[in-house]
Amino acid sequence: EIMAVSTWFWGILILISTLFVGVGTWMCITNQGYRFTLDEFLLTTSPYMWASVGISIAIAISVVGAAWGIFLTGSSILGGGVMAPRIKTKNLISIIFCEAVAIYGIILAIVFSNSFKLYEKHPDPLQYSGSIPSDDLTTGYSMFAGGVTTGLCNLVCGICVGIVGSGAALADAQNASLFVKILVVEIFGSAIGLFGIIIAIIQTQGRSFGKTN
Amino acid sequence: MESLFYNMTDGYFEGLVRGFRSGILRRPEYLTLSQCDTLEDLKLHLGTTSYGNFLSNEPSPLAVSTIDSKLKEKLVNEFQHIRNQAVDPLAKFLDYISYSYMIDNIILLITGTLHDRDVSELLPKCHPLGMFDELKTLSIASNSEELYNSVLVDTPLAPYFLDCIKREDLDEINVEIIRNTLYRAYLEDFYKFCKEIGGATADVMCEILEFEADRRAFNITINSFGTELTKEDRMKLYPQMGKLYPSGLKMLADCSDYDEVTRVAAYYAEYKQMFESSGSGPGEKTLEDKFFEYEAKLNVNAFMHQFHYGVYYSFVKLREQECRNIVWISECIAQKNKSKVDNYVNLLN
Repeated sequence: EIMAVSTWFWGILILISTLFVGVGTWMCITNQGYRFTLDEFLLTTSPYMWASVGISIAIAISVVGAAWGIFLTGSSILGGGVMAPRIKTKNLISIIFCEAVAIYGIILAIVFSNSFKLYEKHPDPLQYSGSIPSDDLTTGYSMFAGGVTTGLCNLVCGICVGIVGSGAALADAQNASLFVKILVVEIFGSAIGLFGIIIAIIQTQGRSFGKTN
Repeated sequence: MESLFYNMTDGYFEGLVRGFRSGILRRPEYLTLSQCDTLEDLKLHLGTTSYGNFLSNEPSPLAVSTIDSKLKEKLVNEFQHIRNQAVDPLAKFLDYISYSYMIDNIILLITGTLHDRDVSELLPKCHPLGMFDELKTLSIASNSEELYNSVLVDTPLAPYFLDCIKREDLDEINVEIIRNTLYRAYLEDFYKFCKEIGGATADVMCEILEFEADRRAFNITINSFGTELTKEDRMKLYPQMGKLYPSGLKMLADCSDYDEVTRVAAYYAEYKQMFESSGSGPGEKTLEDKFFEYEAKLNVNAFMHQFHYGVYYSFVKLREQECRNIVWISECIAQKNKSKVDNYVNLLN
């Protein structure tokens, strides 16, 4: 079965272990064994990598959440709309709530991209003559974390709004007065996506690359 | 977890089947129907419900059997509409629902052949949900071995026959034993399948199927009093599942009259209540009626959960019960004897 959790879990675990063991062995063979530590990894990877991955996680996983919510709600609206066509238009509100989740992801990605600048001090950022300034490291980590925060919050928010929207469509098909009550539940569900983007903005407030001179 | 992935393949069907369920007749509509005086009146009132003008093309002296077959036809159209678009595991689940009707059709044809009726006369009486291609060739078989090897080996019912194939000839008693053995194998298989699917489907369906197994155990016991069925044979016909399994079934196998069955039922709260409040007097409901009511209640409750397959099974059973109700009311009207017209099982309020 495609969604068998144990198959995915073991598959990903084996993949990561293989990479870990492979990289470690390579470094030992090429006389760089002393570098295979977490300390070396964190201090030498470019903060640009962290920031870029953060931005992509923000938008990609938010879109997964929005898509999940839309298909959950959409198929129920289609099914319920066959025998009760009046629900079609009103229930598009649920779809709009799911879409809002993707928009939060885009907003965050754009905000982060605007503070994603090259360091003014180093015209060629690939040639470091020393360690990376800690301010730039911090900016990189905070943009990564902000991206993960908003991505995961929007993922679960999208799923939540989707499942509630599905229930709202089916309930509305049976009894028209129920839709507005269930919409209140959806509004609360939608708020949790907003929390994600607010926290992500606070995490990266005031941080940008190239501050130390 | 199933709420995350259910709508990927089956969300549309759930919405559709809930739409069908909202068209099930309610108490005021039943009251209107039971106050009709002629079948034409009944047809008119049915036209205002979700059935619409399904009887409009029938010629004028309306017979109850026409109403019955048209009601079934509507159910079959809706069921086939869903079945044609479904994918596994919903497709397999819907197939399991149709197997019970296939078993009924096979037994109907065998019994008819024993009484030398022609196959073409019997085929229209078969339940449309249980039709399959090999059914037409059933009359050539004269004992179980031939039945299995020539007709049934390619059908999905083949694994259920492995227990019956020992019976040499097909005669009256053996046909009933074959029916019950087949049904037992089918119920156990269906139960295992629902347990494998797990989640809300298992919760809803296992309860319904357990009640079905218990009900069959009671009915087999009560109907076997006064026949030649031995206690060991009776034990083999009980499905090995349900509340009565295992100790209740052992007690039932040793019963030799109705009072002993009532004593066995007294160990289980719901059955105790059903046996105590039933009777064959004029104002009382029989045990069969009580069983139907309880089954209807379980089926209505299945719609309280979302993201499971039990809604399809419950929808088919509720429609069937509705069909029985309407046919009962029509018979009372047609025979102009409305004393027991309220003996239908009201499903929804």
